[in-house]
Amino acid sequence: MSSSNPQKTMTAPPDWRSKLPHVNYLNANYGIKSWLFTLDHKRIALLYLLSISFFFVLGGAYAVAIRMELLTPAGDLVQSHTYNKLFTHHGILMVFFFLIPSIPAVLGNFLIPLMIGAKDLAFPRLNLLSWYIYMAGGVLTLWALMAGGVDTGWTFYTPYSTKFSNTYVMLAGLGVFVNGFSSILTGLNFIVTIHTMRAPGMTWFRLPLFIWSHYATSLIFVLGTPVIAITVLLVALERLAHIGIFDPALGGDPVLFQHLFWFYSHPAVYIMILPSMGIISELIATHSRKNIFGYSFVAFSSIAIAVFGFLVWGHHMFTSTQSIYAGLIFSIVSYAVAIPSAVKVFNWTATMYKGSISWDTPMLYAMFFIGLFVIGGMTGLFLAALGLDVHVHDTYFVVAHFHYIMVGGALMGYLGGLHNWWPKITGRMYPEAWARFSALVIFVGFNLTFFPQFLLGYMGMPRRYHAYPLDAPLWQVLHVMSSAGASILGFGMVIPLVYFIWSMRYGKFAPANPWPATGLEWRTASPPPTENFEVTPVVTWEAYEFRPIEEVKTVGGDNPDQPRAGENPLTGNR
Amino acid sequence: MATHADTAGVHTTPAQHEAAQSALAHHFDNMEQQKAATTLGMWLFLVQEVMFFGGLFLVYAIYRALYPQSWAAGSSHLNWVLGGFNTVVLICSSLTMALAVWAAQAGRPRKTQVLFLVLTAVLGLTFLGVKAFEYADKYQDGLIPFAGWFSPTDPETRELFTTHGATLQNVQMFYWIYFAMTGLHALHMIIGIAIIIPIIWAAWRERYSPEYYAPVELFGLYWHFVDIVWIFLFPLLYLLGAHLAAGH
Repeated sequence: MSSSNPQKTMTAPPDWRSKLPHVNYLNANYGIKSWLFTLDHKRIALLYLLSISFFFVLGGAYAVAIRMELLTPAGDLVQSHTYNKLFTHHGILMVFFFLIPSIPAVLGNFLIPLMIGAKDLAFPRLNLLSWYIYMAGGVLTLWALMAGGVDTGWTFYTPYSTKFSNTYVMLAGLGVFVNGFSSILTGLNFIVTIHTMRAPGMTWFRLPLFIWSHYATSLIFVLGTPVIAITVLLVALERLAHIGIFDPALGGDPVLFQHLFWFYSHPAVYIMILPSMGIISELIATHSRKNIFGYSFVAFSSIAIAVFGFLVWGHHMFTSTQSIYAGLIFSIVSYAVAIPSAVKVFNWTATMYKGSISWDTPMLYAMFFIGLFVIGGMTGLFLAALGLDVHVHDTYFVVAHFHYIMVGGALMGYLGGLHNWWPKITGRMYPEAWARFSALVIFVGFNLTFFPQFLLGYMGMPRRYHAYPLDAPLWQVLHVMSSAGASILGFGMVIPLVYFIWSMRYGKFAPANPWPATGLEWRTASPPPTENFEVTPVVTWEAYEFRPIEEVKTVGGDNPDQPRAGENPLTGNR
Repeated sequence: MATHADTAGVHTTPAQHEAAQSALAHHFDNMEQQKAATTLGMWLFLVQEVMFFGGLFLVYAIYRALYPQSWAAGSSHLNWVLGGFNTVVLICSSLTMALAVWAAQAGRPRKTQVLFLVLTAVLGLTFLGVKAFEYADKYQDGLIPFAGWFSPTDPETRELFTTHGATLQNVQMFYWIYFAMTGLHALHMIIGIAIIIPIIWAAWRERYSPEYYAPVELFGLYWHFVDIVWIFLFPLLYLLGAHLAAGH
């Protein structure tokens, strides 16, 4: 893997880029069967990308309906029972079918083998199976939504969900149950792959931080998901059999459900944010052209977040009869999560310090992430405080907080990552100007949507209400701001949807390493061949060994697939 | 288990060598890497199984602490003799499974491998047969906790379930958990038997050799895990109220 291989450059067909595409995973074979039965992790990642985008758009449509209803104080567009279904569907689709699988199943699936120098994940069949399981869970849930919907909220709280709700709880629960096994298999596959499939020389501390964060995420997948699976199964069976495991009228305990539910669902929040943090580490280092500051601290902070994540579930039950002493401990441990999170934020900013910061779209998203994650994280500490939580519990403050983490954090990371690796995935560049424009639109729209919700929540507007008092005029102003922001956000999301699809046919051809970055995934062609690397790479360098961009431009890139003479290494243009 | 001395003298036939080579998936560099990956994968699968069953064990523990009398009353009506017999059956099946792994690893003739695998399957089926008999027994006694069916037919049982602090509603919860835990366990046994059949077939076709016996070993891990779950289930469910049963 010498970094400049003139032999290879000379023998490459002179115009392979424009006329004769090399054989890669996309054009290796054609036809619907070659996709539906593929064992290639890159193709499975694209299957996930397609299906996850579908669920994202659907979940977004429900958000549009919610924001339209809240434009006016009166419940005029929909009545409460319909509204209950709207926010439930939005939550179930976005949490279980978009946020949890988004980064791991798309970018993780695509990049983990490439980043560690493997030919595929350890269990390719299991990987394909997990996509089918995901789709089966999705179909069951969609069936529940189409048949009449669910109104329990994505949290399925008992005894409402087991006894009173007269909607398709069992079917939706079954969808979530089935979908859980897709997460478990993905997590299992990642852990085994990272342990056993690393290329020669790819030691643990040479791994990209993206891999560390996916390792931590996978631990949660494997340890947490089975618990939600059995819990949802118990809810479904309780509805069927009328035995009181969670129903207090029959001797059960509804708070037990909350414990079991949040034992998974709080770590699940870290499933959403950790992969995104991994992406941000990559983006910050690459687009500042600097070695990440405090590599091992960032790596271990991912593991610490995963471990702490399992010990804080009780902070969802400060107001549900939980012992005050238990609350005290859960509160302190929740505060402790701030330490590894802050380690990451400080190390990212320290990495940027005196770096050659580019203003490319991935870096914009990375910077958005840092700012929004700080707001989302700090308001999380407000909520972890026993006293303040009683005031803002179940208000829009909570809604704003977790949207800052899930949209401001997880989604920004996902979009940044998608832009950063789009050239690798498709072999084409996205249009930079449009991408920067849409990133700004998304940033403005996002803040306008969710910042007013902090104020609303602090003023006492409860979550999950379809109407609010007329005599609280500021509430309507804030709700109108939020709805206007949601429109801008929605418009901003449509732009990448259009230009990503456009770029697959009309985008500029991408070189192997457009940024240029140092990871193994950039040392193979764009798009990569089916077996990822022509020769198994041998790693002799540390992660993030960046050289000055001037040196790269004059002497050559960091990889064997050199841009040819006269070509701009940043864009691939001649 | 096989020592190095055992395997050193074993002859692997060219056919077995070819079977081992063809078992190497294209994305692994060598057999050692594949073995490490599949073994770790199975252990992780078992970890998630522990968490999966763990939810039920937690529910059991909480309600046992809340309703100890009902738990004792419900437990005393379970047939601990049959449960104990099944425990012995499963421990024996773990032994035959371990011997099957040894036979494959040490390159014993196919007859030996198949014998131990078939014995494991037969013991597993015996367990399921006894379990089915127990379930039928509970059905006859009206102890099926489902949508108001729970109504003990025997007046003595009814009295047991409603006196000394026990209530019918809470005993019903015990039976619900009993069926959930043993049902989930039985499902794992059924899946195990479905998996062992192709393994027996492969052993008969002499696919396994000291060079390649991962399927037998990994299935063994799964089988032992399912046995261990039962080792926990038996005392927790059957032995709580044995002293009560003596009086009835």
